[in-house]
Amino acid sequence: MSNTDFVLAIEDLTVSFDGFKAVDNLTMYIDKNELRVVIGPNGAGKTTVLDLICGKTKSTNGSIKFMNKELTKLSEHEIVREGVGRKFQTPSIYENLSVYQNLEVSYPKGRSVWGSLFFKRTAEVKEQVFKIAEEIMLTNFLDMEAALLSHGQKQWLEIGMLLMQDPQLLMLDEPVAGMSAKERDQTAELLNKISNNRSVLVIEHDMEFVKKIAHKVTVLHQGKILAEGPMDQVQEDEKVIEVYLGH
Amino acid sequence: MNASLSKLVGGKEGLVGLAVLAAIIFVVLPLGVDIFRLNLVGKYLTYAFVAVSLVLLWGNGGILSLGQGIFFGLGGYGMAMFMKLEASDPITTKIQTTPGIPDFMDWNQITSLPWFWEPFKSLPLTILIILTIPALFAYLIGFAMFKRRVGGVYFAIITQAIALILSILIVGQQGFTGGVNGITDLKTVWGWDTRNDSAKYILYYLNGFLLFGAILLSKYVLNSKFGMLLLAMRDKEERVRFSGYDVSNFKIFIFCLAAMISAVGGAMFTLQVGFMSPSFVGIVPSIEMVIFCAVGGRASLIGAVYGTLFVNFGKTFFSESYPELWLFIMGGLFIAVVMFFPDGLAGVWAKYSHKLNFFKKKSRLTTAAVTDSTKIDAGKKTVKEIDVTNIKGAKA
Repeated sequence: MSNTDFVLAIEDLTVSFDGFKAVDNLTMYIDKNELRVVIGPNGAGKTTVLDLICGKTKSTNGSIKFMNKELTKLSEHEIVREGVGRKFQTPSIYENLSVYQNLEVSYPKGRSVWGSLFFKRTAEVKEQVFKIAEEIMLTNFLDMEAALLSHGQKQWLEIGMLLMQDPQLLMLDEPVAGMSAKERDQTAELLNKISNNRSVLVIEHDMEFVKKIAHKVTVLHQGKILAEGPMDQVQEDEKVIEVYLGH
Repeated sequence: MNASLSKLVGGKEGLVGLAVLAAIIFVVLPLGVDIFRLNLVGKYLTYAFVAVSLVLLWGNGGILSLGQGIFFGLGGYGMAMFMKLEASDPITTKIQTTPGIPDFMDWNQITSLPWFWEPFKSLPLTILIILTIPALFAYLIGFAMFKRRVGGVYFAIITQAIALILSILIVGQQGFTGGVNGITDLKTVWGWDTRNDSAKYILYYLNGFLLFGAILLSKYVLNSKFGMLLLAMRDKEERVRFSGYDVSNFKIFIFCLAAMISAVGGAMFTLQVGFMSPSFVGIVPSIEMVIFCAVGGRASLIGAVYGTLFVNFGKTFFSESYPELWLFIMGGLFIAVVMFFPDGLAGVWAKYSHKLNFFKKKSRLTTAAVTDSTKIDAGKKTVKEIDVTNIKGAKA
C-alpha cells in the first residue's frame, strides 16, 4: 500500500482465531488530530482492533500503518516508542506505587536497562509530572498510593501515564466505564482537550458520552465495518439501528 | 550528607538500619562470640548474599527463582577449584600416580588436568570467573525464559530443575568435580593459610564488607528508576510493556545481578568453611535460601540478612538439641511466614516501629499536603509512610 497523510491507515486487516475471523478485512483511516469512536455490539471485534494496532495480537493478514510506518512487524514496546499509547479496559496502573511514581515511571526517558539505572529525576521530569497531574485532575493526590484512588481516578491516572509519553495516537478502551455522571463529563472535557494535538481512538458503549466527544464514529459488527461517519448520520443508519442501537 | 548518598542509603531511616546491622556484624558479634561461632556466623552471612539477591529478584521483581543454589555453587566451586590446585602442588601430592593434580582426580584414574581447570591456576582469573560465569549462565537461562515470556511458577520450576541437574552433574562427574564429597582439604590462597584464627577473622570481616557492598549496590538499583520499574512489572507487567519498555531485558538484568551476588557469597563460603560440595547447589539449599529471604521479609534487603541469621541460629540450636525436629520446624516457619507475616521480620518491625514513632510521624504529616520535590526524592518509603498516616488520620 502507498503512503498517506493519515496518522493511522488500516487496510485489509484480518485476524482469525482457529478459523473464526474476529476482524475481517477491515479498512479504516484516522486523520491527524481526529477523535474517532468505535462502537458496536459485544464481540464485534473492537478490542481486538486495538490489540492488533498495539501489537498485543498479531494479524493474520493486512497492514497497519502509523505515520506511514508498518506496525504489524514491530513488537509491543517498539510500537509504543513509535508514538502509540494504549489504555486498557480495566484500569491498569501500578497499585503499589504513588500517583507521582506511576507518572514518573511512564516518562519516556531511561527506557533501556542502563538508561533506567542512571536515570536522573531532573526538573524537567518533575515539571512534566505536575503538568500532566493537573490535566488529569490528580494534583492533590500525587503522594497517594494509586491503589487508594477511586475507580474513575484510576482511569484518569492511566490516561495520564499515556500522556506522559506524548503519543501521536492514543487508544482508549472504554474510558468511562464505571464512572459517575460528573466524572464522565470531566473525562469528555479531558478527551476533547487531549485531541487538540493528537489523534485519539476510543472504544465506548455510552452513547451520550460518544455524542460529546466523537468527531466521527465507526460501527463495527462481526469484525466488519457496518457504518462510518458523523454521529447523527450513523444514528439514522438503518443497519446500525438494526444490529446495535435498537428500534 | 549529600543528596545522592542520602538516596543511596534510603534517607535517615535507611542509614540507621544499615548502621545497626553494621554494628551487629562488625562489633557485637566479633566481640560477643568465640572464633568458632564467629566462623559459623560468617558462613551464615554467605547465605545472606543469596537472600539479598532474592530480595532483588523475588521481593521486588516478582521473579521467584528456586535455583539460586546454582549460582552460589558456581561461585563456591570456582574458589574451591583455585584453592584445590594450590593445595595440590607436585611435592605434596608426590605419592599420587600423577603428582600435581587434585587427589580425587588421581583416584579416578585421570592423568592430566582437565582443560576447564586450567584458568583456576590464577587467582585474578578465578575472581573474574566467579564474577562473570554465573552471570553469563544466568543470562543464558534468562534469555531463553524471559524472551519467551516464561514466568511465574514455570520459571520457578525450571530453575529448580536446573539446580537439580547441576547437582547431579557434579555428583556424577566425580573425576572432574570431586563428586558427592565435593572439593575438600582446601588450605591456602596465594600461600596464605585460611585455616588459622587470624585468617578467619580477616575473612569474616572481608565477607561482611562484601555483603555491605552487595546491599548498597542493591539499594542503588532499587532506588533508581530501574527499581521502580521492577515494582511496576511485578504489579502490571503488560502496562510496563505497553509503556515502551522491553520487559524481558529488565528481568534478564536483575537475574544476572542476583546470580553475581549469589556467586560472591558462594566464593566467600568456600574461603571460610574450607570446602564446597554439591549439597550447596541443589534443590534443598536453593529452597532454604528462599525461606531465609521470606522470613526476613522478601522486600527488605536488611531484613533478608536478619532472616538468614535468625533461621540459621535456629537451625544450629535445634539441630544440636533436637536434630530430627528441625525440618518440621523449618517447614512450619515457612507456612507461618506465608500465612501470618507475609512481609517477614521486616514487616513485623515496620508495624512495631510505626507505633513507636507515631508522634514523630504526625508532625511530618502536616508537611505532606505540600508537594515539595525533595520529599519525592526521598523515595517510595517516606511517601508510603505519609500515605499510611494520612489514611489513619482521615479515619480518626
